[in-house]
Amino acid sequence: MAERNILEAIREAMDEEMERDERVMVLGEDVGKKGGVFGATEGLWAKYGDKRVLDTPLTEGMIAGAAMGAAVYGLRPIAEMQFADFVYPAFNQIVSEISRIHYRSNGTFTAPMVIRMPYGGGVHGALYHSQSNETYFTSTVGLKVVAPGTPADAKGLLKAAIRDPDPVMFFEHKKTYRLFKAEVPDGDTVVPIGSASVPREGRHLSIFCYGYMRTCALEAAETLAREDGVEAEVVDLRSLRPLDTETILASVAKTGKALVVHEANRFGGFGAEIAAEIGERAFEHLDGPVTRLAGPEVPGVPFHHTLEDWFMLNPARIVDAARRLAAY
Amino acid sequence: MASTDTRPRHRDLGLSDEDVLGMYRAMLLARAVDERMWLMQRAGKIAFIISGQGHEGAQVAVAWAMRRGIDWMAPYYRSIASAMTFGMSAEDIITAHLAKSDDVSSGGRQMPGHYGGAPYNIVSLSSPVGTQVLHAVGIAMGAWVQGDDVVTMTQFGEGTSNQGEIHEAMNFAGVHKLPVIFICENNGYAISVPLDRQVAGGSVAARAAGYGMPGLVVDGGDILGCYAAAKEAHERARRGEGPTLIEARVVRLTSHSSDDDQRRYRDPSEVEHLKEQDPIPMFAAELRAAGVLTDEVDETIRAEVKAEINDATKRADARPEPVTDDAHERVYAETIPGGGTARPSAPTEAGSH
Repeated sequence: MAERNILEAIREAMDEEMERDERVMVLGEDVGKKGGVFGATEGLWAKYGDKRVLDTPLTEGMIAGAAMGAAVYGLRPIAEMQFADFVYPAFNQIVSEISRIHYRSNGTFTAPMVIRMPYGGGVHGALYHSQSNETYFTSTVGLKVVAPGTPADAKGLLKAAIRDPDPVMFFEHKKTYRLFKAEVPDGDTVVPIGSASVPREGRHLSIFCYGYMRTCALEAAETLAREDGVEAEVVDLRSLRPLDTETILASVAKTGKALVVHEANRFGGFGAEIAAEIGERAFEHLDGPVTRLAGPEVPGVPFHHTLEDWFMLNPARIVDAARRLAAY
Repeated sequence: MASTDTRPRHRDLGLSDEDVLGMYRAMLLARAVDERMWLMQRAGKIAFIISGQGHEGAQVAVAWAMRRGIDWMAPYYRSIASAMTFGMSAEDIITAHLAKSDDVSSGGRQMPGHYGGAPYNIVSLSSPVGTQVLHAVGIAMGAWVQGDDVVTMTQFGEGTSNQGEIHEAMNFAGVHKLPVIFICENNGYAISVPLDRQVAGGSVAARAAGYGMPGLVVDGGDILGCYAAAKEAHERARRGEGPTLIEARVVRLTSHSSDDDQRRYRDPSEVEHLKEQDPIPMFAAELRAAGVLTDEVDETIRAEVKAEINDATKRADARPEPVTDDAHERVYAETIPGGGTARPSAPTEAGSH
């Protein structure tokens, strides 16, 4: 097993898939010679040439729309949005076209493609380089949405996404890119889309999270165990659509208490979907209110570091919320 | 009769007599299907119709320059004649308009006018205008990346030529010299708004200069002129010289759609004289002058078209209606929990090469 950070794992997944399947190509802004603004595609241009690793004009709509055309034609494009915040010019293509072409053509066309998007705050990116906008896409039928939180999941899920016959929105929390290294299985290891993982088992309450919040939740769970004797179970959703509701419900059946944590704002956020699932299907197991801990109701992450710190969730806040729920 | 010492124009373009008669027949058939569907709409059998009447000459001519089964097409909502030239039958078109369960475009899921057909390399069309032009560019990019000898043609109206996606598409195609042909069918009206309120400067073709490609204006009533332009664009694309924008000046003979009444915004004298610009009699006259079309041949073709349209209508009408049990199918290409299941109706990943 090799130690990798998330950025390296993503790069390795693309490299291996491009090596394995010549239909796989990468397109986006600065993905070529520069290797992407975060370095995710570093080395691919030199290895695969400037057609398969294609620098595009600054036109997100074109990146998504052309990727769909290429996917319909039979390629397996990986489109990079430089930041998830800049995906909106491509929204029409993603929502009107990419998500719907299979259904509207009665299954005769498919769009097997991946849209990779760095998202999330905590990197001094302010309103337009920090957004967690996953719910626009999780509420769009026809898309799959994943948000890994470890190097192994990033690599395995990206490989799965590239091979998937359907369009996959691949959310990469940019704060996690170089946050830590961890073991990534050698060889061709694919993490199936639609399965959650349980990185820490517990019996007093369940914490549901994804992306960077996995790291924060695990740290919070350590504190809760050490200082309170509360054993929190941490469930990393990994896939937001399709959602592994079985793992969620099984965890709630075990602990009786559910805390959903995400960086995106609370109102109509992804936590509402989890809470509703639990409320509808695990009501008899509940021993406390399903609780959401989410980003504040402001339009974006404000820039100054004190303001950004105010915005961001962190392990201490998760500990606070978990303590209140555990004591209920 | 053409004088015997003058070589007919179509032969100079490499078209045989059979070719031009085939084009003429394709135009007549597309018109017959279109007119039949208006009747069916008025009779309450079809919910909505958006017409291609007046566009048939340019559409058949352009599609005739493409290779059926090899080249691709990203259509728009008036693309009836070009979709038929690419391979859709009269029955396919009427079936789609009746929203029957085995409609090749969508299985009854899409409104009329949303052409598409995986077996014919016609990409499924949606309703937001201009999105398909990026798909065409993407297909062209795919062919270019893989080194395939494939050309993609896409169509849109002059109103749609203002959408940002059109400009993104043309710029990207120009940058990489992608094998794609942009056809703007300029009929002078974006529903009710005339050209001078839509296109600054009045020329869509002129915009090509900004995207590093030739921009041509052709007369949609000059079918062989349209063919010549498309043929040259096709050859350019195959030679790796990049995209071409062709603006075909066509006439919209009908209202925008069956929900529109063009008398509310078009001058009565203009509406009265529309028929004089109909490309079908214009082409017939040219073929007669070239000695290719005679009364006898014309009658034969028209009789065939009439029989075909009657047969197609009957067969389409007899096809099964969709069932709601199926409405949740083919949401995703593979079964996923919490989503639809998939039973692709095509044996393979249709649309892929």
